[in-house]
Amino acid sequence: MTHDPVALRRRYEELKAKAQEAGAFEARLAAAPGNPETLDESLVILRETIPAGWYWRAAIRRGQALRLANPEGSPGVSAQIWALADPSERFNAADTVKLQWTSRIAKGRVLFSDMGRVLASITDDTGGFNDCIVGPSRRATALPTPGAPSTDGPFRNSRDNFLLAASKFGLGRRDLHPAITFFAGAGVDPDGRLTWDPAGSAPGARLDLRFEMDVLVALSNCPHPLAPAGQPAKPVAVTLWQAPPPAADDLCRTGSEEAVRGFENTDPLYS
Amino acid sequence: MTVTNLTTNLMASRLDPAAAFYDRTVPANSPWSELLEQGQALRIVDLEGQQAVDTLFYSARDHGERYSSQDTVAAQGSPYITTGSRLLSNEGNVLATVIADTVGNHDTSAGACSVESNTVRFGHHTRYMHACRENFVLETARWGMTKRDIVPNINFFMNVPIRPNGDLAILDGLEGRGNYVEVRAEMDILCVISNCPQVNNPCNGFNPTPVRVLIWDAATVAAVAATPGD
Repeated sequence: MTHDPVALRRRYEELKAKAQEAGAFEARLAAAPGNPETLDESLVILRETIPAGWYWRAAIRRGQALRLANPEGSPGVSAQIWALADPSERFNAADTVKLQWTSRIAKGRVLFSDMGRVLASITDDTGGFNDCIVGPSRRATALPTPGAPSTDGPFRNSRDNFLLAASKFGLGRRDLHPAITFFAGAGVDPDGRLTWDPAGSAPGARLDLRFEMDVLVALSNCPHPLAPAGQPAKPVAVTLWQAPPPAADDLCRTGSEEAVRGFENTDPLYS
Repeated sequence: MTVTNLTTNLMASRLDPAAAFYDRTVPANSPWSELLEQGQALRIVDLEGQQAVDTLFYSARDHGERYSSQDTVAAQGSPYITTGSRLLSNEGNVLATVIADTVGNHDTSAGACSVESNTVRFGHHTRYMHACRENFVLETARWGMTKRDIVPNINFFMNVPIRPNGDLAILDGLEGRGNYVEVRAEMDILCVISNCPQVNNPCNGFNPTPVRVLIWDAATVAAVAATPGD
């Protein structure tokens, strides 16, 4: 295939300039509505509390939303997401940051599968800090959970939680993949060092994920590896609710031309 | 951007190419794979410059144990790969260590290109262009694996700085012939490469080119490591 390097470079620079135009996405974000702090009970499908150190899992339909509420400031809730119809299609952390030109995946952004489709949209996020780069804990990095029953042994870490959750979908170790961790203020400084902003897991934050495909979801409520040792996991409240149909100007669906193309790859599955 | 040893720990290799028992050229756009025994060293040479090499590692004995970008980043406290980086598996074991590097800042957060992700990133007209994940599927299939086994990889010779505000973009690869990176296997591993065919971003200078792979046996690697340097 012949290609024109000059034209291709120009196209890349145009896409980059549009995606990273200073303040442009932030302005759209500021104008976008949030979701109600209190959900109408008629919309609620189920409620659950994930204890410190534990996992939760569910099959969730397109159009339903998951609210994560972090009243006590648990330092990170990690997630794995698979497509229900074919779990070899799954959340891809690398594609999610690359396709949106940012590691700051918060309100208005979407979670991409490895097939160029949108698994979920972050329709609200009062905290604004979620991590796709550093990933969740495993045994060697897990912090002790104060008050955890001694029968929990070494198993209270996200990697083992995901293995347990996945097993109950008939999935296994090969289906585990880099995760996204909500309420985690992980970042990178100009020297290339990882940083931790405690604001990411401040008590009282909530986040809404609206699912754009039928999915399997596993959540793990274990401290992020960068969280300070004095900040243990705390209970996290999960509410599955029926989201309203997206408005024509829905930020997640229209916030970038990459998101628009992601939905163009996704919506035909359900039309 | 300030360059520090954290991201760019440059180290020349003292291994002699003439002593390598394996020396091949991987054509542009093509996959490659080979088993490495514990202690052997693999060098990947960017022959013509500006060529990204997407790379995955698996335990040779158990393909369910494989490279984990997030565990590698968390353990070393930095998202970039350079000399001294210990490449961890999903079990937290060291698959390989980077022992020489003339470039620095190798990415492990942005993953491999695919025909599907290209449609999102560059437009639907790019769907029918060859991509790294096609190479990975074809090459891992030779070892009994499927798409399920393909995880986000290391992009040797690809520079994707993550800015404090979260912005990330692929910068031009380093120009110049013959830059290389070298890893020592810390267990018996399978190494899988996609010599990246992407022409929609600057990772290959819009011109994919061949790379060279060399492997030294464990005794040679150990003998050179034990010899004092200059």
